[in-house]
Amino acid sequence: MSTLTISGRTPDVASSDEAAIAARARKRARQRKLAIWSARAFLAILIIGGWQLLTNAKIIDKFFWGQPSGIVTQLRDWINHGTQYGSIWLQIWITMKEALLGFVVGVIAGVVVGVTLGQNRFLADVVQPYIKIMNAIPRIVLGALFTVALGLGTTSKVLLAAVLVFFVVFFNAYQGVREVDQNLINNARVLGASKMQVTRNVVVPSALTWIIASLHVAFGFAIIGAIVGEFLGAQKGLGLVIATSQNNFNPDGVFAAMLIIAIVALTAEGIIGWLERRLLAWRPPSTVEIGGM
Amino acid sequence: MMVSTVARRAGAAQPIADGGGAPTPSAAGAAKIELTGVTKRFVSPTGTLHTAIRDVDLVVEPGQFCAIVGPTGCGKSTTLSLVSGLSRPSAGSVRVGGQEVDGIATGMSFMFQSDALLPWKTVLGNVAMGPRFQGMNKKEAESAAREWLRRVGLTGFEDHHPHQLSGGMRKRTSLAAALINGPSILLMDEPFGALDVQTKAIMSNELLGLWEQTRPSVIFITHDLEEAVALADKVVVMTVGPGTVKAVFDIDLPRPRGAVQEIRFDPRFLELHHQIWDSLREEVQRAYERTAKAPSSEEGRS
Repeated sequence: MSTLTISGRTPDVASSDEAAIAARARKRARQRKLAIWSARAFLAILIIGGWQLLTNAKIIDKFFWGQPSGIVTQLRDWINHGTQYGSIWLQIWITMKEALLGFVVGVIAGVVVGVTLGQNRFLADVVQPYIKIMNAIPRIVLGALFTVALGLGTTSKVLLAAVLVFFVVFFNAYQGVREVDQNLINNARVLGASKMQVTRNVVVPSALTWIIASLHVAFGFAIIGAIVGEFLGAQKGLGLVIATSQNNFNPDGVFAAMLIIAIVALTAEGIIGWLERRLLAWRPPSTVEIGGM
Repeated sequence: MMVSTVARRAGAAQPIADGGGAPTPSAAGAAKIELTGVTKRFVSPTGTLHTAIRDVDLVVEPGQFCAIVGPTGCGKSTTLSLVSGLSRPSAGSVRVGGQEVDGIATGMSFMFQSDALLPWKTVLGNVAMGPRFQGMNKKEAESAAREWLRRVGLTGFEDHHPHQLSGGMRKRTSLAAALINGPSILLMDEPFGALDVQTKAIMSNELLGLWEQTRPSVIFITHDLEEAVALADKVVVMTVGPGTVKAVFDIDLPRPRGAVQEIRFDPRFLELHHQIWDSLREEVQRAYERTAKAPSSEEGRS
């Protein structure tokens, strides 16, 4: 009986204690977040402001290195009057279209080839040295070839982006398939799964973690492929805008285009992150959070 | 959470043990397993030959529960993969239900030490997988899966993912997934090896209860001799690798056995345990001496 009263009283004390502790912990977490964001803002002001001041004071030559205010002016000019190849939105759209098409083609090819080779030991052993060689080649140089062979249109850029994307996705898909737990496959086979069913139900979902991880990097490569392709020869697109700015000794134009690409890439990154959380929702929460960062 | 399901399960298990009793629902669905003079060798990529099992003779009658015990690396798992058709013998014959095994046989289920659940599927999806592979439509497969989840006491956990469950609950899910296709043969490779002692005892009882309902032939591999004697009709002792059958003991403890925790105190259990251990001890010692001598020798293929 006496133990009962004691155990009846203690939770009260404990719970108020716990509430206080929790409140303090929350407060600390809020303060920490605030501190981080202030420091981030300070860092941005320091770098951009420093750049502006140093170029104003002629310590850094803005003819070579541009100037933040010049970049803003350039962006405003593009938005209001367009570039010499048409509106800025058209340039963004063209580059995005090339990058996206290249991304899709590269991912599909990478997943198909990766999963096929991952499941076929013989074929994998046969083509392994060639893949190594192709991976060692600086593939970006292929862009020069594609531009000559396929012209200044969209195709050459899409192909370059696709080639860059392919290898990243391929290696991850291949590795992902090789890492599939043999027990899971054996179990499915004993339960009566056909080869296709094993691939669809066990191998691909299992490799999906690897494949999706590669998409983050792959999209960056798709944009690089599109930009470099345009840089090498195009009639429209952000790469061409950058090339023209370079030829006109206009560093502000280069930086402004870079800024636009960065914004686009970050948006795409966000979309891929969202996709990752949707597709890999089955994973324990901690992993998803880390993946989401 | 765990406690409540155990309690619910224990309640549900009662009628099975009482009513299900001795008259077994015939062993018609079960298949006989015969291994005659079976040898399995592996060739490593570097060309060295490794004999996993040699001249194994083993017969498991339809509906019989056969446990295989032996030291590490005696080819127990190899034996299982031969029966399942996942690999072929280098010599000798493996027959299931009177037919030579060539390719993956139908009507079998596997249960491993690591639970072979797909982490991206829900508990329901995992259990429904067997019937789905057999071509059943989704709705029927899921209702069959619900029924099996009820039987293993996991009602209410259908939409959970495996990582959200405790080890024992994952084992129940595996058990349901293994039994849902109504297998004629159940192959178990140290299925409860990774569980703590209490959970293991609970799962052993579950397994016996479900096995007594459906009566497939079982080959149950274990390191744990007590577990083997408590569960099986027949205990096979294998020698240290290359493994071969050293001795076969019939376990004449009456069925239904009831709780495995209690049968351990039965004098007949102790007697059998003692006999088998005498036979097994030598092998275990030899296996130990071998690993002690060659610390970095290959150990993976057990």
